[in-house]
Amino acid sequence: MTAPEVDEVVQEFLVESNDNLDQLDSDLVALEQDPGSAELLASVFRAFHTIKGTSGFLGFNRLEELAHAAESLLSKLRDGALVLDQDRAGLLLQVIDALRAMLATIEATGDDAGDDAGHDPATLIARLQESLSDDATPAPARDRHAEEPEIAVTAEPGPESPATAEGPAVAEVGDDHPAGERSEVRPAVAERSVRVDVDLLDALMRQVGELVLARNQIISHAGVLEEPALHQTVQRLSLIVSELQEGVMKTRMQPIDQLWSKLPRVVRDLAAQFDKQVALDMDGGETELDRSLLEAVKDPLTHLVRNAVDHGIESTDVRVQRGKPATGTLSLRAFHEGGQVVMEIGDDGSGIDLGRVAAKAVERGIVTAEQLDRMSEREIVDLVFRPGFSTAATVTNVSGRGVGMDVVRTNIERIGGTVDLVNAPGAGTTFRIKIPLTLAIIPALLVGCRGRRYALPQANLLELVHLDGDAVRNSIEYLGGAAVYRLRGRLLPLIGLDQSLGFADSVALAELDSLKIVVLQADDVLFGLVVDDVSDTQEIVVKPLGRHVKQLPIYAGATILGDGSVALILDVAGLATGAGMRDGASVATPAVTENEAAEEARGATTTIVVLRVGDDRRVAIPLELVARLEEVAQADLERAGGRDVLQYRGDLLPIVRLTEFLGEAERADDDSTTVPVVVYSSAGRQVGLVATEILDIVEEALEVRHVAAGPGTGLQGSAVVQGRVTDLLDVDAVIDSTIGEVVGSGA
Amino acid sequence: MAREATATLDMAAGPGAGEGAQFCTFRVADLLVGIDVQRVQEVIRFQEMTPVPLASEEVRGLINLRGQIVTAIDLRHTLGLPGRGEDAEPPMNAVIRCDEEAVSLLVDEAGDVVEPPEQDFEPIPSIVPAQLRALSSGAYKLDGTLLLVLDAERIIRNDPESPAAAAARPTRSHHQ
Repeated sequence: MTAPEVDEVVQEFLVESNDNLDQLDSDLVALEQDPGSAELLASVFRAFHTIKGTSGFLGFNRLEELAHAAESLLSKLRDGALVLDQDRAGLLLQVIDALRAMLATIEATGDDAGDDAGHDPATLIARLQESLSDDATPAPARDRHAEEPEIAVTAEPGPESPATAEGPAVAEVGDDHPAGERSEVRPAVAERSVRVDVDLLDALMRQVGELVLARNQIISHAGVLEEPALHQTVQRLSLIVSELQEGVMKTRMQPIDQLWSKLPRVVRDLAAQFDKQVALDMDGGETELDRSLLEAVKDPLTHLVRNAVDHGIESTDVRVQRGKPATGTLSLRAFHEGGQVVMEIGDDGSGIDLGRVAAKAVERGIVTAEQLDRMSEREIVDLVFRPGFSTAATVTNVSGRGVGMDVVRTNIERIGGTVDLVNAPGAGTTFRIKIPLTLAIIPALLVGCRGRRYALPQANLLELVHLDGDAVRNSIEYLGGAAVYRLRGRLLPLIGLDQSLGFADSVALAELDSLKIVVLQADDVLFGLVVDDVSDTQEIVVKPLGRHVKQLPIYAGATILGDGSVALILDVAGLATGAGMRDGASVATPAVTENEAAEEARGATTTIVVLRVGDDRRVAIPLELVARLEEVAQADLERAGGRDVLQYRGDLLPIVRLTEFLGEAERADDDSTTVPVVVYSSAGRQVGLVATEILDIVEEALEVRHVAAGPGTGLQGSAVVQGRVTDLLDVDAVIDSTIGEVVGSGA
Repeated sequence: MAREATATLDMAAGPGAGEGAQFCTFRVADLLVGIDVQRVQEVIRFQEMTPVPLASEEVRGLINLRGQIVTAIDLRHTLGLPGRGEDAEPPMNAVIRCDEEAVSLLVDEAGDVVEPPEQDFEPIPSIVPAQLRALSSGAYKLDGTLLLVLDAERIIRNDPESPAAAAARPTRSHHQ
């Protein structure tokens, strides 16, 4: 064997073994929870066995000896002679760490005889041997699983056993070794997957790009010639190239599981270290991310998990005292949402103590006490993301070293993502990481506007509505110049895409012959986007935009369509913001998260109409009870029986002027000839409320901050809507206290 | 003016023209500009592009450069020069790159690579329009024409130095 070949084999061995050790980490932790699992035992045994066999073959004797000692213990465990308790599991995990250190030494020096970075294989081997004998008869404490290993002996490891895929090189090497007598059933996955160098994948991607370009040129040349046979071939070529392009791009996607698989071990070790009980709950590990993004979220994720165990989840005693289950839960969730990948790291621990955060922030000089006074709860919680902030009462070697949340946020923001924190004091903390779709492949709907195609992330898409002819005129209504459409009885604000894109000559929606409405949802806002035409749905690869266009909030990226042309991907939240439907200032997410937090607390949002009354008083009423929104001429408001009325649909509609009712001054400069009237209908009574202006229709989780003075004020209280204090009108009370009898007889 | 520029180029591009930096040269309106040869990735003919509504005026669109999406910047606009006529030849794409980010500059014509003698370099006089000064460090006095050196990095970064800062900056050596 020539030298380079040896190197290659060793390299392969290192990669394989490191993978095996990672798998061992999670398998062992799982095994500790379920010591009777024959499948897991077989997998753990096999992994040690493979490492032992290959290292022996390659002449790494120290490695082999250690792996051998571990294998001996495992063989007893597998035969049911011993039971895996916490001590043995801990010991085996230490062996894994030592093996890892030795592999690192081999990688650095080519030999396993170097420094083992604090791991002493000899001691470990001695302890392993000790653990073989120290309870030949199972201790009573372990009896509960004593009967299970019996089953384990007979059980065959299933082909679906979670052992890591083994590459061909190692498989062959392993088979050469006489110890191969226990050849296990190879997991089917090993035959269906190969290991590919990432550089090669990147190179392939570039080459496919070149191919696409060449294909496009052939298409344009072929267009000139009139040769049916050529056209057919070009079409086929075009299709194949598109599929190839898509396929190669997908090779770069990896499931988030890749990151998560290391966490059970991390959590287990930390929990043991702090003497806490923590259950790790993971959901959505199959969600795929581009490998470069996966790499970028690795450290922040680990940090958040450490934090949750260290600071979040309380010790067992405290938890029991507080009436919580003794075992804390750390839950990880990953999913696609709104064209982004969302990862949530939540614990059911003590949550963040606002008082402590505030005190610490002042102490560290991050904010002054005066600044603090003006801060909302959310802003105070957000202080934990400031550089130099750490609330850990004692500095542990796990977290709380002052480098922390700010680094997490910086790292996530570097890849264009966001981190938010939902804090429920006493009940836990949830971090929400949103990673942009950069490079991710997403399903998208292609729509047309002014002859160009744009992509809308399918995740934001609710439904499509197509209106023709009279339906357009009949169903589009205007509120203060803004078009709305009644979608199953609810008012859906409409935005013209051409208008959003800044085309000055956009046509009024009601004038169009036909209307194609894409109903979209962005965080908490529902709206309809009017487009020229709707084509098909496609899986698109999101590509980042250059600096010159990146800052435009209306675009989330761009993609290359099947024909090689570039299409912009619209950012649905950006569209909503651009049209003034979301509070522009809060787009950076805090306000949205506040809504989400509030939503989580109460689980419901209300759609309300926000009115301006007088100069700047904001009043809201639930949309549910609004029959219509009208704009009527001042002159049409008449007096009858000492009250204001409006002739409305063949009846007399009693009118309440909200300015008068709420004691606000009519605007001096108000010379408009029309007034907005909210036709309100409740319990068979109708009334028209005259406001100064209809500001907006918003969907929000209302948190009534304080209840205003008793009945007669006509107010239910106030809430913060779109960042402004808004009074909630109790319309029934208004009706009762002003025109009750009139309405009663009128209805 | 444009004709002169091309003529001079041929002469300047001769072998052994000097030991200074090498520049790819481009004609933009009646201006001859040079970009550090190491920053120029490639020059390709006109590409179909996708316009970007709401983007600043200099952004002419996005092109697909072998799977990478590259912003096409109209150098005429960036430099404050008159726009291209309706019936003008379609511009060329000079793709420049730094820090993994590429931008395509739309130029009227691509010239040769020149290596002007360093002593012919002079910082840009303050009488030159600020827009232009912000993206350039100076010019080489070639025979019969001037070669305006553009700072590719600043164009890509989209953060031109303020004209005042550009004026205050000392002459920079382009020796590689």
